[in-house]
Formats: sequence, structure tokens, C-alpha cells
Amino acid sequence: MVALNQKVNYRLIFEMLEVTIEQDRDVTILGLHGELDSQSAPEVREQLLNAVHSDSKIVLDMSNVSYMSSAGLRVLLLLYRRIRENVGQIVVTGLHDEVRDVMAITGFLDFFVTAKSRREAIMAMS
Amino acid sequence: MHSRIDNEPTHSYAGYPLRIGQPLPYGATLTNNGVNFSIFSRHADACALVLYHVGEAQPLVEIPFPDEFRIGNVFTMQIFGLDYERIEYGFRFDGPYKPRQGLRFDHTKVLLDPYAKLISGRDVWGEPPQGYDDYPHRARIVPTDYDWRTDRPPHIPIEDLVIYEMHVRGFTQHPSSDTRYPGSFAAIREKIPYFKELGINCIELMPIFEFDEFEYSGRSNPITDEPLKNYWGYSSVGFFAPKAGFAATGGLGMQSDELKALVGDLHRNGMEIILDVVFNHTAEGNENGRTISFRGIDNKTYYMLTPDGYYLNFSGTGNTMNCNNPIVRGMVLDCLRHWVAEYHIDGFRFDLASILGRDQNGHPLANPPLIELLAYDPVLANVKLIAEAWDAGGLYQVGSFPDYGRWAEWNGRYRDTIRQWLKGTRGIVWDVAQCLQGSPDLYAGRGASASINFITAHDGFTLRDLFTYDHKHNYANGEDNRDGTDANYSWNCGIEGHTNDPIVNDLRRRLIKNAIALLMVSRGVPMILMGDEMGRTQNGNNNTYCHDTEWNWLNWDLLQENPDIFNFFKQCIAFRHAHPVLRSKDHFLNRDAVGSGYADITWHGTSAWQAEWDDHILTLAFMLDGSHARDGSDDMIYVGMNMHWTPHRFDLPDLPRDRYWHVFANTSPDIQVEIVTPGEEPRIINKDHIWIGARSVIILVGR
Repeated sequence: MVALNQKVNYRLIFEMLEVTIEQDRDVTILGLHGELDSQSAPEVREQLLNAVHSDSKIVLDMSNVSYMSSAGLRVLLLLYRRIRENVGQIVVTGLHDEVRDVMAITGFLDFFVTAKSRREAIMAMS
Repeated sequence: MHSRIDNEPTHSYAGYPLRIGQPLPYGATLTNNGVNFSIFSRHADACALVLYHVGEAQPLVEIPFPDEFRIGNVFTMQIFGLDYERIEYGFRFDGPYKPRQGLRFDHTKVLLDPYAKLISGRDVWGEPPQGYDDYPHRARIVPTDYDWRTDRPPHIPIEDLVIYEMHVRGFTQHPSSDTRYPGSFAAIREKIPYFKELGINCIELMPIFEFDEFEYSGRSNPITDEPLKNYWGYSSVGFFAPKAGFAATGGLGMQSDELKALVGDLHRNGMEIILDVVFNHTAEGNENGRTISFRGIDNKTYYMLTPDGYYLNFSGTGNTMNCNNPIVRGMVLDCLRHWVAEYHIDGFRFDLASILGRDQNGHPLANPPLIELLAYDPVLANVKLIAEAWDAGGLYQVGSFPDYGRWAEWNGRYRDTIRQWLKGTRGIVWDVAQCLQGSPDLYAGRGASASINFITAHDGFTLRDLFTYDHKHNYANGEDNRDGTDANYSWNCGIEGHTNDPIVNDLRRRLIKNAIALLMVSRGVPMILMGDEMGRTQNGNNNTYCHDTEWNWLNWDLLQENPDIFNFFKQCIAFRHAHPVLRSKDHFLNRDAVGSGYADITWHGTSAWQAEWDDHILTLAFMLDGSHARDGSDDMIYVGMNMHWTPHRFDLPDLPRDRYWHVFANTSPDIQVEIVTPGEEPRIINKDHIWIGARSVIILVGR
């Protein structure tokens, strides 16, 4: 059994959106809180991309994201692209039904491996 | 990183940093750190950009274009730091209001960008307008960065298509559709397995450019008092934006991504998507119509006008787009390129396409520049171009639409001739033979693939109604049954309307099956109408453009009611896919060019090798030799048609040694097995003839 270290290492606050960054051994857990749209997107994008290094293993916890706009979807996709470019892995967890539906309908969900919980997300990481 | 100086503003207005923009491309384009706006007007004196917060009645700001931001007839500016997702934009023009000279500027109106890629205002289908009377349809800005991954359009040869003409909302809005988001692009995605089962490899969507379903507000169904809507949508508000109300995510402004996800999924499943595009007119109507966009931006450029400034009406809807004005021509080209490059659309069917061949005064052109331009455009090089080769001004060009080696046509002659044949009309047997061969009488030199064969389309009766009604029943449209065509070539089989009479119903079913059988063995490109495969009815209404009601949506329970019809369609389509000899792009040579001993097509009657072409004849058969198919190894196919009301004995032509006739389909009354899966046809034992029942079709395979 993996013991999870839930200590919050960083907390970044943007307009309508907060990002927490935690490290659990070699896995980085990015938690988004709030609404991800064109207003918060540019800065969030920078911060998320900064948190990605080569061989990164990222868990993206979306359980506190209630709304994501088209610009928000693009931030996620960019993150995915950057991680894959660096031979890293990303697993998304905590998707609300509505957010998941929007991602599915617009085709964005196809890019991501999803998991029901953080624990499952970490386990899904090879 | 090296920072370009043009990332810096040169002007400022009310706190908005500005700079002169790029005149091209038109519309709103995201730049590094701002948005570039550009709009054409030749006759305007001045223009202002009007910005709104999404959904708010009052503008955020109105920024006049400084004189130095006008290049030629283009107003252009770049605004820095705009939060593009939360903005709606429009334009206000100043200029003369002199209708008799064709100028209709109106300073009180905010106008929609003709190049708007996303349009809000009717975000969720049927939600009553919010009353922004001064600017109801608003342009929004959308990123053009969809990640298509490895999507590549399938480029299916046109002669291999089986096209399914459908209405986005009507396809899944009915409660029986069992989809998560009924009436949407997303729901079509859910139904892809259905298309695959049926054998459809191309869907053709009735208009999906943004339109206003409330266009007819004030009109109601005289029978039920229900308000009428613009359900079909042949009345564009903007040509570059997908209809928000057709997207489950329209309320979030994500219709663009939703449609792209559908296109990508269709392509992954080996299917194509064609759009029915309506460039012949707009939603602005005539002199008494609304001012939404074009009329207030440059009326004289965008519309065909009489010398005293009235609207010419070749579309039957009030106005006519001035398609061969060079500016409008450019817009149509930009628009189609946008749909191909940005949405990966595989083809277009042009509504009332003959209007695209009229000059600025409405006269038909011998060498219409727009039609030629589209045929030769490099971005459109691989897409299907299909003309509805007539217009409401009396121009009828079926067989003569300028094609430049590219254009196919809706073959209206096929529809009318085969309909008459199916109901037993005499004197047309020669015309029928032309239709079955891909209409060489119309398309000599262009090939059979120039002919889109159809018996039913959205305009007119459904296939079931074709054999249920002698006359149209359009009273619900509120026009005293005057609208809709009277030339239906339909037959009610003895009783007008639906009935429980089993004899009548058996006959109707048989005629439906005869129809799809002939369509699928005809050379050319077959198109079927949504729901015909399950016996959809419109209760005799042949012009259901204005009904957003359950009876006008596809009722999926019909699959349980008419499983035989669905199976018949499915097998006939599978048969077509299984036999390349049915799907050549060329016309028949009527001779044996491969040395097989048989001509590619031979004609027969009740006696083999002796087709009868007399006027009274209602029996005809033809045989195709599979040695002439593109891979040279297909079977022989024999199609016998008895449109007479009594059974007839058809002598069968001899096959090469060691080959035997097998029965694929037989619609004769009292036959136990009407149709089988292609490849599993039972052999006819020891017979050199076959009886074909009254009003029946038989299809045999020789192998």
C-alpha cells in the first residue's frame, strides 16, 4: 500500500481559480479549484507548464472545478501535449459529471486517462 | 524571445489599447496578445466596433475606427488584452439611407460580422429570445486551434457513397431516440453505430449555419395553434458559424468543438459529412425584412437589386445573394474554405445552386465565375460539390449545370421518373432505362457520378407518404395548402392516408421496397432521406419546414413497427457495397470491352434479350456483367421489374457455364423470404425463367 502524502506544497491563487501543487514521491498532484476560463487560463497555463518536467508523472485533480470554458479545455490539452512530449504521464481524476460530459462531447476527453480517485490515478501510473 | 513592435499599441480609446489591424483575413482573428478585427464596406462613411460583455444588453464600449484604420474599403483594428471568451462584438455603420439607390445604412443598428465564426443569441434551441432588439445575433470570437490529431478525411470516391440526408435536430429529438443529448451534434455521434449497421457512409446535414428558429414568430399552425418555427433552417444568419442550438454545448459557446468532435468521429468510422449550404439568400428578407448584417453593411454589394433598389427574388424567400459580385464571391469561397480547413467537411450540397450562376442583374451566365472558382480552388480540391441545379426564378439546369469536371447534381429527373415508374405510369420506359444507367442522356461526358440519385429528399413526401397520399396535406403550414409542390408523382394505393386495410398496406410496403431496390442498383450516387428506412411519415405534409414537433422528428419506435423495411434497406445497401459493378463512376459502354462474351449492360423483357420499349410496357429487366466491374471479378446481376398490376413470367438470360442464378431480393406478394444477406443468396434450381409478382422487383446474382 502506498502511503499518500497529502501535504500541500504550493498554493497559487488566480482570479476565480486556485491551483494546489503537491508532491507524492515521484508523482505531482495538481489540484484545480474554481472556474477555468479565458480569464484565469493564461496564468494557470504558465504555472501548470512550469510544474511539468521531463518524465513528469502528473495527477490532475479536477474535483473542485465546477466549470471549464473552451479556453480551459485548451489549457488541459496543452498540458497533455507538453507532458507527452516529455515522455511523461498524466491521469485526470475527480471530473464532475457536467465537466466530463462537456469534455466528452467536445472530444477533449479522448486525450486523457481518467481515474475515479487520486489513489487510483497514482496506481494507474506505470 | 524577440518582441515584435506590432505587439505594442499605437492608439488608445476609452482605456482600450489599439493599433491598426490587418485587413485580411476578414472577421475577428486571435493574435499573439489581442484580437484583429476587419470588415468590408464600400459605401459606408464610418464604422465603429461595438463590444459587449457576453449576454449583456448594453455595450461595454463602442470604438470608432479612426480614419487611418481604414485601408481601401476595409475597416481594421487590433485591440490588445481582450478577454476574448467574454466578449461579443458587432459593428455600427454610418452612411446614407437611400433605398432607391440601394443604400440602407441605419445608425441605430448594431450589425453582425458576415465572417462571425461563432454566433450567440440563440444558444439553446427554442429558448425564447432575450429581447436584445438592437443586436439579437451576436458575433463571438473562437480559437481556431482544434487538435485534430491524425484526422484525415476518408476521401471516399463519390460513386461509392450512400448518402443519408438528415436534419440534426429531427434525427434524435424524439423521446424514442435514446440519446443523452437529444437533437444535437453530440447525439449524432451516439448514433454512428446505427449508420454503420444500415450501411451509410456519408451523412448530409440540412442547414447547420446559424439561423433563427424564431424567424416566423407570430405565425402559428392553424390547426393546433402551436407557434411555427424555422425548423429546416434554409435561411442563414451567418455563414461561418455552426448553429448553436444544434449543439448540446451551445449554451457554453462550445458548438464549434462539438461539431468538430462529430466530424472526427465520423472520419474515424470511415464516414463522410456533407453540408447543405444556402448561399442563395439570407435571413434578412425583402424591403420589409429585418436588418441583421449584410443589408446594413453594404446592401448593394451583398444583394441583387432592381434598378430602383428593390430586392430581386430568385430564391422565393424575399432576397437573393449577389453571388457573382466579386466581394460576395470571395466571401463564399472564404466560407467554404473555412468549413473544409477548420471543420474537415467532406462536401457541400448547394441549395438552389443555379442562383450561383446568375450575374448581378440576375441573368444566367454562360461561364459563371463563382462556380468555376469553387471547382478549381486548391483548398476545396478533394471535396464533393453537389448542385441543386435549379432556382425559384425558373432556371432549371439539371443536366446542364456548369460542372468544370467537378460538380455533381441532384438528379431531379431521376426522382420524377422513378416515382412514376414505381406507380405504374406508362410511356416512360426509355426514360427509366436512362435513370437506371446514371442518366447518360443528361450527363454524357460527365459520367454517372455526376448524378445524385434520389427518390425522396427533405423537400417533398417521405417514401412512406409517397405511397400513402395522392395529394399534399399542408394545411398545418398556415398557407391554405398552397405551399409545397403539386408534382409529387405519388399514389395512395387506393385510400388517401393511413389505413388498417392489410391489402393496401402490403402494397405500400412492397412499393417502398421496390423503390430502395431500384435506387441501390442504379448507377450514380444514391441518397436516401432520414427515416425512410423505418417508414417515417409526415402525414401527407410535403413541406414540413416550419414544424418543430414530435410528428416531424424521427420516431425510433418505427424500427420495431417496420423491421422488414429496415432490413430491406440494410440488405439493399449492403448489396450495393458488395458489388462494384453497381458503383462505376462511368456510364455503360453498351458493349463487351473486356472479352467476357457479354456487354457491360444488356436489356431484357419478359423474353430474355428482348427488351420491349413500347409505350404501354411496364416490364423491364437488365443484366450487368461483373467482368466489367473495376476489379473485373464481380458477379452477374439481373434486375427484373414488373410495374404491371398482374404477375409476369420473365425468361432469364443464359449464364456462362458453371454459373447459376441466385435470388437476392424478391418483393413479389406471398414470397416467404423477401431478401437475404448478400453472399447468402439461395440458388434457383433448374429454371430458365422466374415469375415476378404484380408491382414487384427481383434481383438475382449469377455466380
